Amino acid sequence: MGTAQDTPLVSGGVGFITQTNGGNTTYLPVISPLAAAPLGKHLLFESRATLVESFSPKGNGEPGYDHSFFTGLSFAQLDYLGGKHLTVVGGEFLTPFGTYNERLTPIWISNFASAPLIFSLGTMGTGSGLGGMVRGPAWSSGSVSVDYAAYFSAASTNEQIQTQRSTGAKAEVYFPRKRLELGTSYGRRIERAHENFVGAHAWWEPSEIPVKLRSEYAHGEHAQGYWVETDFRFSRSTAMATPLTRLEPVFRWQQTFRSSPDPNDGLPTADAQRADFGLDYHFPHEVRINTSYSRQFSSTGNRNVWETGIVYRFLFPTWRGK
Amino acid sequence: MSARWVFLTLGLVLITGSPVLAQNDKPAVVPAMSERKSDPAESRRVEEGSGEQKFQQNCSRCHHAPEGFSPRIAGTIVKHMRVRASLSEKDARDILRYLNPQ
Repeated sequence: MGTAQDTPLVSGGVGFITQTNGGNTTYLPVISPLAAAPLGKHLLFESRATLVESFSPKGNGEPGYDHSFFTGLSFAQLDYLGGKHLTVVGGEFLTPFGTYNERLTPIWISNFASAPLIFSLGTMGTGSGLGGMVRGPAWSSGSVSVDYAAYFSAASTNEQIQTQRSTGAKAEVYFPRKRLELGTSYGRRIERAHENFVGAHAWWEPSEIPVKLRSEYAHGEHAQGYWVETDFRFSRSTAMATPLTRLEPVFRWQQTFRSSPDPNDGLPTADAQRADFGLDYHFPHEVRINTSYSRQFSSTGNRNVWETGIVYRFLFPTWRGK
Repeated sequence: MSARWVFLTLGLVLITGSPVLAQNDKPAVVPAMSERKSDPAESRRVEEGSGEQKFQQNCSRCHHAPEGFSPRIAGTIVKHMRVRASLSEKDARDILRYLNPQ
């Protein structure tokens, strides 16, 4: 790779999201910038942050809005591309458990504004770790590849970097011709009450038809659950799309099962089922509108969740070249 | 300066600045992969083992192809994807050649 192609880049998304959950509405302007900068042939620095201002009506007949501001680093890591089979990562990184955390959390990628109900299982709550990780393709051919990741994280209570002392590993087998991936994950929190997490995932995205089928299962000592998501993209190319084929219907089904109380794991306090119906629209120039309606069923009460968001994705070099 | 002002300033810079930067780079921007080729959603078969096929098999699984970008960041994008998608060295080379054939 020549250095002429290795200019540092800034990418990310700017969005405005509204969410009405059980009758309570929240407005969320959000910016999520990502930076990537190669440092020579083998080193890459990359980082993603999230800045969100949350507004919600005061309620009880009071005028005005309550609001709060949140900033956080999703990752800020230095990667050493050590060889064919090894990348060494140091710094703050996304916890490699399942698929959602590492692949689908960027606001310009995710089909739904809200994460799956089981998101916090195995990702140690915040989704980030602080320490070291090794990862890469263990074996790769034209018909199958085997990937791995293993990490150790220290605890951090810094306002922008919140992580837990934990360790874990992930392995997946991908059949590129079938576009089928199967994987398994393990995580162990090693602070306060130690807890083990195991997970499994399956993705299938047949090349013949523009349908994606993604699923993930996670098990913790206090709860477990799964989600299955499918979407249909009429046209994979925004540039070639017609107004109708810019639509992307999305459906996600989720279930969580509570075995014992845990106020900190972020899952519903009782068994829950949730159906998410989404409709995304891809405008030209990297603008997308996401809309969704969800119905959540639980013994503690059923609720409706409405979400609408508009997201603009940007991608450009940090400086102009000659 | 409060965090809120940083947030607002950064937002304005990104929203107003990115199209300007993109416009400045226009002559050098790599056209969208979909503009150079026909729609991948169609039944056209891509060449076995090509960079285009590897892009579809790895990168397009999670996100849609960007509509265009400067060729000067093609190598950075591929390095980023090599870590994110655990690309093999060969796949990364093929995808780079596809993104920036010059």
